[in-house]
Amino acid sequence: MCDFINIIRRDLLLALHQGMDWVMVVMFFIIAVVLFPFGVGPEPNILARIAAGIIWVAALLASMLSLERLFQTDYEDGSLELLVLSPMALEWIVLAKVIAHWLTTGLPLILAAPLLAVLLNMNTDGFLMLIAALALGTPSLSLIGAVGAALVLGSRRGGVLLSLLILPLFIPVLIFGVSAVDAAIMGYPMKAQLLILGALLLMALPLCPWAAAAGIRQSLE
Amino acid sequence: MNDFSGKNLVCVRGERTVFQGLDFKLESGGALVLVGANGSGKSSLLRLMAGLLPPAEGTITWNGEDTTEDPESHGGRLHYVGHLDAVKPVLDVAENLAFWAGLRSGGAVMAALEAFGISHLADVPGRFLSAGQKRRVSLARIVVRPAPLWLLDEPTTALDKATIKRLEGTIARHRDGGGMVVISTHSDMGLDAFQMLDLGDFS
Repeated sequence: MCDFINIIRRDLLLALHQGMDWVMVVMFFIIAVVLFPFGVGPEPNILARIAAGIIWVAALLASMLSLERLFQTDYEDGSLELLVLSPMALEWIVLAKVIAHWLTTGLPLILAAPLLAVLLNMNTDGFLMLIAALALGTPSLSLIGAVGAALVLGSRRGGVLLSLLILPLFIPVLIFGVSAVDAAIMGYPMKAQLLILGALLLMALPLCPWAAAAGIRQSLE
Repeated sequence: MNDFSGKNLVCVRGERTVFQGLDFKLESGGALVLVGANGSGKSSLLRLMAGLLPPAEGTITWNGEDTTEDPESHGGRLHYVGHLDAVKPVLDVAENLAFWAGLRSGGAVMAALEAFGISHLADVPGRFLSAGQKRRVSLARIVVRPAPLWLLDEPTTALDKATIKRLEGTIARHRDGGGMVVISTHSDMGLDAFQMLDLGDFS
């Protein structure tokens, strides 16, 4: 358990020291959302109608940005080999790295989301649900993304390949994330959507670290 | 008394057989030096021994137990030094070392740095280190926490003569304490009573 926290702490330390990746992710998120009023016009009703969708899609794309580097830097400097050879199971190491990734991308996105919701004139009934849905959905994004990040290790243009692999897998999270927020705004019951988001997370939690670990072992052969 | 051995190992890389029918056997205190031309499979054999690469055929055993059956405990009993030094540019030397020690439940970081004469670099970030200094950090990692098996892939690369002497001393102490070591090298190292394995013989 101590080792597990040790890895999370190291990845957080690296993320803070190195390149300010997480700041760029949040900036990308904000800019991508801000572009929409320019594109579809400043009509408040239209923006309010599509706000949930815009924020969710921008969050998906923003969390993709830093995924490529989840294992890549460790792969390039040889740390990944040593992590594989450590006495801890690789699946736990992957999970620790995913948690660190979520803390540096998912969490800042959740914090920035209400601000953007105001900007897009989202109905205030949706705010709480937006945060709840993102809180349940973004960990799944990090988990699913880790599988892709492990699979593209060692390939050139891994970033583009990663988006092609992973974005289709994000669709279920997107559908239920958006419909939860829409239901809250329109006053419909939204328990089902949240339960499904939770179920997706519970499914991804054991499966994704296992698959990503297999991908990493493959990449080191 | 530990026993580390491989039987009838075959290594295939990209449809090319690198070596076949290779046997080795090491006991506590033993040293195995791998020699051979470039591409003869020295690094591949070390990766096989570490469990990073599964053998195409044959088995590697530790005290009679197949190492692929429990990769975590095999990882725990070995230290591997590859071509890459795994030094994070933004962390300082002591932080780098403390992380790897922490994964194996701790160790004396400063003493390990002292063993390779880099204790004065403890608070220097990795990005300011020279190639030789990075290698020393990588080598300090293997002494910070004891493990019975050392797998060293050309550990003398970028090292100066004085540090090679320190490494030889460290290896001798490791072997006196019952540890075993496998080294691939192109330059002669001062080791006593070692076995030599020429990978050219198994191509």
